[in-house]
Amino acid sequence: MKKLYRALALTSAAVLAGSSVALFSGCANKADVVTLRVCSWEEYIDLGGWDKGELIDIENPYSEGGIMGVNSMVDDFTEWFNSTHDYEVKVEYSTFGTNEDLYNRLSLGDEYDLVCPSDYMLMKLIAEGNYVEYSDTFWDEDIEQNYYAKNVSRYIDGGNGEGIFNHQFTNPQDVWHKKAACYMWGTTGLVYNPEKVEHIADVSTWAMLLNENYSRQVTIKDNVRDAYFSTLGIINSDKLTGGNLSASQRSAILNDVDSATIEKAESVLKDIKENVYSFETDSGKADMVTGKVIANLQWSGDAVFIMDEAEADDTELWYSVPDECTNLWFDGWLMLKNGVEKNEKLKTSAEAFVNFLSRPDNAVRNMYYIGYSSAIADDTVFDYMEWNYGADEEAGQTFEYDVSYFFNEQKLLEVDAVNFEIDGDGKINRGRQLFAQYPPQNVIDRSVVMLDFGDKLSEINQMWINVRCLDIRDISPVTVGVTAAVVLALAGAVCLYKFRYKLFFNNRPKKGYERVS
Amino acid sequence: MKLRFNRKQLCIPYAVFLVCFVIAPLIVIVYYAFTNGQGQFSFSNFANFFSSGNTMGTLLYSFALAIVVTLVCLLVGYPTAYILARSNFKKKYVLLMLFVLPMWINFTLRITALKEILSAIEGNISAYPFLNSVIGMTYDFLPFMILPLYTSLLKLDKSLLEAASDLGANKFTVFLRVTLPLSVPGIISGVTMVLLPSMTNYVVLDMLYNSTYIMGSLIGSYFSAYDWHNGSMISLVLLVIIFIVTLVTNRFSDKDANNRGAVL
Repeated sequence: MKKLYRALALTSAAVLAGSSVALFSGCANKADVVTLRVCSWEEYIDLGGWDKGELIDIENPYSEGGIMGVNSMVDDFTEWFNSTHDYEVKVEYSTFGTNEDLYNRLSLGDEYDLVCPSDYMLMKLIAEGNYVEYSDTFWDEDIEQNYYAKNVSRYIDGGNGEGIFNHQFTNPQDVWHKKAACYMWGTTGLVYNPEKVEHIADVSTWAMLLNENYSRQVTIKDNVRDAYFSTLGIINSDKLTGGNLSASQRSAILNDVDSATIEKAESVLKDIKENVYSFETDSGKADMVTGKVIANLQWSGDAVFIMDEAEADDTELWYSVPDECTNLWFDGWLMLKNGVEKNEKLKTSAEAFVNFLSRPDNAVRNMYYIGYSSAIADDTVFDYMEWNYGADEEAGQTFEYDVSYFFNEQKLLEVDAVNFEIDGDGKINRGRQLFAQYPPQNVIDRSVVMLDFGDKLSEINQMWINVRCLDIRDISPVTVGVTAAVVLALAGAVCLYKFRYKLFFNNRPKKGYERVS
Repeated sequence: MKLRFNRKQLCIPYAVFLVCFVIAPLIVIVYYAFTNGQGQFSFSNFANFFSSGNTMGTLLYSFALAIVVTLVCLLVGYPTAYILARSNFKKKYVLLMLFVLPMWINFTLRITALKEILSAIEGNISAYPFLNSVIGMTYDFLPFMILPLYTSLLKLDKSLLEAASDLGANKFTVFLRVTLPLSVPGIISGVTMVLLPSMTNYVVLDMLYNSTYIMGSLIGSYFSAYDWHNGSMISLVLLVIIFIVTLVTNRFSDKDANNRGAVL
């Protein structure tokens, strides 16, 4: 994938897209142009400009000749929308780096119509009432252009009460269905280099982060949520791997924000800090590819990207989902209240934007471009998986990889067995790109959606600060003494120097003389 | 019509800048620092700062790091500036250019390169976080130490040195009693320019895998948890500390060294 090169063009392309759209819509009647302000993650949409060799050669029911990103997705949307509606839309596309960044921008008064935060931030925004529900027509599967309602995986967001989006995590009014539309989803796990890991069992547990055999060779994200989740996995390892846990019990364990648990997590995280290579913000991918570290806590989509990159460097990396648990995350489109509420046209265009991204060929384009898995489950998407990961003639041993849970029907993909590691009980817990993109059912069974910390946020943040900061009470008195002595000595030296004439040289006037200033 | 500006009017662009980007943010910081989540006046953030072992520990760590960086910069920078100022005319500018040149390259790029170099030397660089931070920051801030020292050593009157030698001082005494005292303004200026930014420049630490927070990252972590109040208080206290440090260092510099601002 050429993601990296394209990412460089991101800013300029976004600006260009905006201005070129403005140019086109200039000819239409001004009153009939609505401006849709979209804010999404960086590098999270197809920016077009693919090489000819990148053509995804599968049957595309929506246009001739396979799937190919010529123009940016945003431009294609504008063109499609303007040709199918009686008014025109102009898209202002901006990006954010973290969910907190987006939230801070919103609370400082930035206005957007459509945003794409992660699960817990959706929860927070929904709980604050800052959203507009999708209209009823959006869910009407008989309408040709309702690609989202027609194609979204029932596993994620089903119309009849199925799927994660219909799950009552906290209280009934917090159900995400109709409030948000899922864009991408995935798991968390460990990307590792199988050649450098001694025992493969080591990467099958979050305790890898504490494993002293790999001291300073594993990185973890500089992100309190991912760190806290994996820590809970370590603390509750026995319970989680013991079996016989219901989904809700599992969820309760991994969403435990009890003060006692936070305290326990703090001490484990302090040990993790001493053992890991670093808390990385953005260097994990590169360090993995260059071989500085041998394992890295990652989101599945980035894991796919890293594996692709490393492959280009002739390094084979794998993705493992630890036995304890994995964080099932997703990013969804939410229409914000202050933007969309009183403007029907804007709401329609926002819904159309979501639908356009959900059109299976566009979902494939985005998936190819960013490496994450779309929430869209459709034959085109399945064909793409087959085209990308299906076993070819040269494959030795093949087997049928089951992704039925996601595609809503019996779907088996014939894959090359070398890309998966099948454990004794026939279950797959480690694999390469396809495994990361569409984990098998047994991984899904131990996945948990991590909820918003709510009013425990400040306590958890304090815990994180305790982990990351040097506590003055932890420093040995000797160190404090030595430091203080050094500082005092320096200050003394400066003072001595400053007043050296007064102290060491007798500059009092001789007898009979007076000093003139 | 001819456009004419008097001196006062020429200040307008900067005054606008000052109000928008210095005074207004400062007011916001002060407001947040002394209010709580409900927007009421409160000293709790202030109390938090001084009662929290983490904040004080981080302050100590930042200071320790900054002081070590400054000392290293001074130890490396002074001889360099001395040699530069004393060398013959032709070579001097080439040498000076060599020291200024890195400043023309974006510092994240430089630190990335440094990361690879250190990895080659040390092996696993995450084992020496403090050392790496010192090396990284020294690399980053060394020109800021050399340049003021260089200017103050350059404008040093050579006849004073000759006079000292004539009066029987050996080279060491000349340095200790003439050169060093006269370069104090340069030292102070260099120390200020290195000490203060190295207390908060957490990007270097992040990039060199030091997982311990310094003041800058601590402020950032409060902001990302939407806690503007404690974050602002830390910024404010840091501002006061910096102010005090500047005040103290200025007292020790020579009063007539007005032109030390012209170092860059």
